[in-house]
Amino acid sequence: MQVKTNILNLPTQEFVHPGTRACTGCGLSIAYRVGLKALGKDTILVVPPSCLTVLQGLFPVASTKLPCLNVTFASTAAAATGILATLKTQGKEHITVAAWAGDGGTSDIGLQALSGAAERGDNFIYFCYDNEGYMNTGVQRSGTTPIGAITANTPFKGKLQQKKDVPAIMAAHHLSYVAACSAAYPLDLYDKIKSCMNLPGTKYFHIHIPCPPGWGYDPRYGIKIGRLAVETGYYDLYEIVHGKFRLTAASEKLMEKRKLVPVRDYFRAQSRFRMLTDQKIEEIQRQIDAKWAGYYKKDE
Amino acid sequence: MHIIEDGNTTAALGVKLCRANVIAAYPITPQTPLTERLSEYVESGKMKAEYIPVESEHSALAVCIAASSAGARVFTATSANGLLYMHEQVQWASGARLPIVMCVVNRAVGAPWNVWNDQQDSISQRDTGWMQIYCADHQQIIDTVIKAYWLAEKASIPIMVCYDGYILSHTTMPFDLPDQEKVDEFLPPFQPDYALNPDEPANLNTVTLPDVRIDTKGQLAHGYMEIRCLLQEELRTTLQLASEAEKRFAGIFGRGGNPYLEPYRCDDADYVAVGLGSITYQLRVCVDALRKEGIKVGVMGVRYYRPFPDAVIADALKGKKGIIVFEKALSYGYEGALTSDLKSALYEHLAGTGALPSVQNFIVGIGGREIHTRDLTENFRAATQGRVSREPSWIGLKL
Ligand SMILES: Cc1ncc(C[n+]2csc(CCOP(=O)(O)OP(=O)(O)O)c2C)c(N)n1
Ligand code: SF4
Repeated sequence: MQVKTNILNLPTQEFVHPGTRACTGCGLSIAYRVGLKALGKDTILVVPPSCLTVLQGLFPVASTKLPCLNVTFASTAAAATGILATLKTQGKEHITVAAWAGDGGTSDIGLQALSGAAERGDNFIYFCYDNEGYMNTGVQRSGTTPIGAITANTPFKGKLQQKKDVPAIMAAHHLSYVAACSAAYPLDLYDKIKSCMNLPGTKYFHIHIPCPPGWGYDPRYGIKIGRLAVETGYYDLYEIVHGKFRLTAASEKLMEKRKLVPVRDYFRAQSRFRMLTDQKIEEIQRQIDAKWAGYYKKDE
Repeated sequence: MHIIEDGNTTAALGVKLCRANVIAAYPITPQTPLTERLSEYVESGKMKAEYIPVESEHSALAVCIAASSAGARVFTATSANGLLYMHEQVQWASGARLPIVMCVVNRAVGAPWNVWNDQQDSISQRDTGWMQIYCADHQQIIDTVIKAYWLAEKASIPIMVCYDGYILSHTTMPFDLPDQEKVDEFLPPFQPDYALNPDEPANLNTVTLPDVRIDTKGQLAHGYMEIRCLLQEELRTTLQLASEAEKRFAGIFGRGGNPYLEPYRCDDADYVAVGLGSITYQLRVCVDALRKEGIKVGVMGVRYYRPFPDAVIADALKGKKGIIVFEKALSYGYEGALTSDLKSALYEHLAGTGALPSVQNFIVGIGGREIHTRDLTENFRAATQGRVSREPSWIGLKL
């Protein structure tokens, strides 16, 4: 088991300049800052249009200290492949290629390119930061927007469909590494990145990203809400290493505690779920309980 | 060395001679044999390159865009709907100023499905900021691929090398295979001004504002409009670069001449047929036949289509009685795109001089409709006797 990083031994070198263009309280700023620390200096980034494009700054000013290629919305993973191919011909394979895309850019328009790169086994790390909507264009629904969430184009009833399980889709590509993380647990993200960097082929990270304007809460509560998602058992932190599933960090602790915070607390902390009825919340609670009953059973 | 190969293999041999580092492609008829040859060269070790069998054409160009941004010499090829599927990336590649070389093996676009030859695919990408060169035989294909890399890398502008599907891609012809040493002499290794690397971080293609903006050192940086204007201006200067490339090429390989136009019996002609690609060679047969009847005609192949060599074309056609443009594509709702471009060049350079020829437009061979030389000759003859029609006139149409 890898050494667990804590706030005292987290490297102090920063790759994101302070004062980015992200909103106050943006979960992405935390995940990106810590993620880049783990990736380190010898990294080339690939970014499609998203909140991250804005966070990175407007030409000619950049808020990151790593080289970055901005690419079209659907082409993130293929672009990572292109950089890798070049690094191979240049004998610079020690450089890490890391793609960072939103959930829309991953679960919807970028899924084909991602699946293609994963199937080819291209050796890079793909990060999907999941703020559960198309935030850059003003909070529309995406494939990973959860059931019940009000968005700009599910304005009254909330989204009627389930969230797309992208990590499961990626795990079905038989990757060496798939992880689910949260901006509310940045050190778990850090350790996971560090642990997978030498694994072969495509590595996939899914990061839950609390987003004040998109989710409807006071910016200061971002971490609290991110944690509630995990503590309620609604969003789980895990890793799948060479096909082997394991809960991590706070989710792993929940296994010991065997006690979940009611998911109602998570929903009621955000205005996007205001149309979710008590009845629907109970139904979701039952689904969560069943999922965790499965975890407990496997543990025994 | 003279060899006999099909057009696709000819193009593949050109790419191999140019030592492309990264190749990405997705299959589509009639491009497939070209990329299959390349995968054979790479897998057998005859060519030192990375061959990426991507899952779509959008990704093929994504790989090329990223690989080129990281400093590789890249290649892709496509046809028809593959090119249309790339459109977003086509624009991105030129906006990002990447010297990508792409062969377009010309084919009709859907709907309805049709796998045969016309040129609607590359013509529909006319306004994307790429150079476009059309080839009429195998020697031109291989020589153009080699010149294309030199031009693209000099100008930091991508380039499409277009040749007709089947008519050229799947027919065999003899041609001179350039020596590797001579190609190496002509084409030095690719040295980009900037390539992505952690020692010199840069954020490429980031959001750029409508107006200019000061950078962290107090220097004024371009706005979007300046960047786009430079693309236009530098694209236009490739017209001079093309001459330079041609001279260099001729110096090393002993062949070449006019990089923009390929005239045949035009000097004393009253009427000149104009076209892109292989049809211009077929039109030579018509020219010979009509000349025997005493009609003074010639044919002019346009090789450089973008940037459009307007002054050269106007100069070559000034004083002619009539120009007859035969096109395998059109700008739907008006006329053939080449016809419009030609008219505007003639107007720009010859209006008021008394040397302005009339222009007529024929549409031929759409979706692979067979182009009979006898039909071409008849229509060509008729066009020299008076205006056939105001609208573009479709040859061989059975409506
Ligand atoms: C081909 C294409 N379609 C649509 C867009 C518009 N667009 C830009 S960013 C964006 C939303 C991105 O959403 P997501 O990937 O979830 O990232 P987020 O903005 O939430 O960070 C959209 C739809 C685009 N840039 N390109
Ligand atoms: S909209 Fe949400 S994800 Fe985007 S910058 Fe703002 S807080 Fe961050």
